[in-house]
Amino acid sequence: MANSKNVLFGLYNDDDILIDAIKAARNQKLDIMDVFTPFPVHGLDPALGLAESRIHIAGFVFGLIGFITAMGFMSWISVSDWPIIYGGKPYWPVLSFIPITFELTVLFSAVGMVIVFFTICGLGPGVTAKVLDPRITDDMFCIAFDVSNMEENEKAGLQKFFEETGASEINQKTI
Amino acid sequence: MGSIVSPIREPLVTGNKTYNQITEDICAPTERAPSISWVIAFSVANALAAVFLFTSAWTIWQGVGTWDLNRTIGWGWDITNFVWWIGIGHAGTLISAILLLFRQKWRTGVNRAAEAMTIFAVAVAGQFPLIHMGRAWFAFFVFPYPNTRGPLWVNFNSPLLWDVFAISTYATVSVLFWYVGLIPDLATVRDRARGFRKKIYGIFSFGWTGSAKHWQRWESLSLILAGLATPLVLSVHTIVSFDFATSVIPGWHTTIFPPYFVAGAIFSGFAMVQTLMIITRYVLKLQDYITIAHIESMNKVILLTGTMVGVAYLTEIFVAWYSGYIYEQFAFFNRAFGPYWFAYWAMMTCNLVSPQIFWFKKMRRNLYVTFIMSIFVNIGMWYERFVIIATTLARDYLPSSWSLYSPTWVEIGIFIGSIGVFFTLFLVFVRVAPVVAIAEIKHILKSSGDQYLEKQKEYVQKQQFSEKN
Repeated sequence: MANSKNVLFGLYNDDDILIDAIKAARNQKLDIMDVFTPFPVHGLDPALGLAESRIHIAGFVFGLIGFITAMGFMSWISVSDWPIIYGGKPYWPVLSFIPITFELTVLFSAVGMVIVFFTICGLGPGVTAKVLDPRITDDMFCIAFDVSNMEENEKAGLQKFFEETGASEINQKTI
Repeated sequence: MGSIVSPIREPLVTGNKTYNQITEDICAPTERAPSISWVIAFSVANALAAVFLFTSAWTIWQGVGTWDLNRTIGWGWDITNFVWWIGIGHAGTLISAILLLFRQKWRTGVNRAAEAMTIFAVAVAGQFPLIHMGRAWFAFFVFPYPNTRGPLWVNFNSPLLWDVFAISTYATVSVLFWYVGLIPDLATVRDRARGFRKKIYGIFSFGWTGSAKHWQRWESLSLILAGLATPLVLSVHTIVSFDFATSVIPGWHTTIFPPYFVAGAIFSGFAMVQTLMIITRYVLKLQDYITIAHIESMNKVILLTGTMVGVAYLTEIFVAWYSGYIYEQFAFFNRAFGPYWFAYWAMMTCNLVSPQIFWFKKMRRNLYVTFIMSIFVNIGMWYERFVIIATTLARDYLPSSWSLYSPTWVEIGIFIGSIGVFFTLFLVFVRVAPVVAIAEIKHILKSSGDQYLEKQKEYVQKQQFSEKN
């Protein structure tokens, strides 16, 4: 593969040890490629220094599109395309548009956000998972380093880091 | 890790589990050959589903004339079944969305199955409007699409149209919420599987690896979807109640309907969750994850919502009397003492009186009582819809048009069959996907697992001891 990476990774058998190891790696200014865990570990994002997810912006934008679509469409129909008086109400009975507007706002927001989530994460049906170790979705916690362009002594340093921080296994794999 | 939980709280994961054991326990039902009891249950459910197919096909072929509806009673078992199923479909999203926002950790044991139940209940409910149309092949007429009749648009002022939007949105968002939550667990099954199964689960798990950034986005997405689904779940049954409340029929035309319908929906939904969970946890041996503490929490919700529904019943009677409006008064007198008095008293007994047993802790924690109660509530809530719909219509303004209604075999077949469709879907689900959210259970293990809570209890006791001395 053209953009395959050579990955050196350590497996930890507890989330507390993992967090400590990540903190140690950050202190030593090691460049962590990624961390893989079987569940969302509490305190992982601040330890890794991940910026807060901005997926809610997508939710807002799509929600707004849904709101405008619903309101605009119903207004255009009842005011301009085919005006009908229902029960003596005005042509633009905005109150009775509220339920559908609400539903479409929620619908657009939810669908849009999920599509954005899968797109930015690169997930989807047919995507092959680059699994470093099958136990990562079970009970192993993994810190991975990209060692494609690394000297041997640098690799040895990482090896030492894994040993010091209590990794139960250290492996290398090309993904 | 995880936030600190008071040591006096009951553990939500028992049996001194490790992360690996959780995976093993929850994946096991999807990996072994089906048990005899599953095969029997599945055959029965399939047979009933066949009854549903036959009776709905009969309805579509012959027309809705095969039902015993008449000019006075235009809505009978059909809408009763529809509202009943929609109501049942409310608990899942309540458990997953509202309890997520309230940070109720006990939701983790039951949310996956409850969400699945929601989706299947909504799918079944969705069949009813289709067959009600008589000409089901024109079902797409309910959507506003450019057509050659003008274009003649649908009536955006009609609650029936709002219902189309509410239910299709609810179904879509529930499926998304459920599936996004399912992906990490499907990846767990994938990484344990071999050969063809691995391929299938590989496709359905969307290439999930468990990367830190993905988890962060996943959590953020779940939270926002929960925030969206919370008003959504309340809006759906509100709009269902508008179908009645915006009419001018005495007994329907009341402002109390939206909150009363929502409470009733949550009530019946939780009852169905109890029915399913008590069997599922036993058959799949998940007692360590769906504990008595979970059952008790849900019984508390049943008690609360049952009492809310009861208060609504009594309020309706009071308002009917207080209004001084004879038609309204008659509608309620007729419900209790008219030709369908048995439906009214079944509703009152099952929904208002019987849940009061849950004031007693012993009863809340008794599986037999809970199971029987959950069936009672399911029956009571079905009768509630029947009372509201058929009883009210049977005695309208003009005594000359008063009528009676009893279902034909087609209507009974559709109802019994719909239960079969529901159970067929649920039984397939328990075979192919993890019934309990694996990742979420692991997430709460260190704060709500029994061994960790025990440790914390010891720690607190030590501290209190040293403070004393």
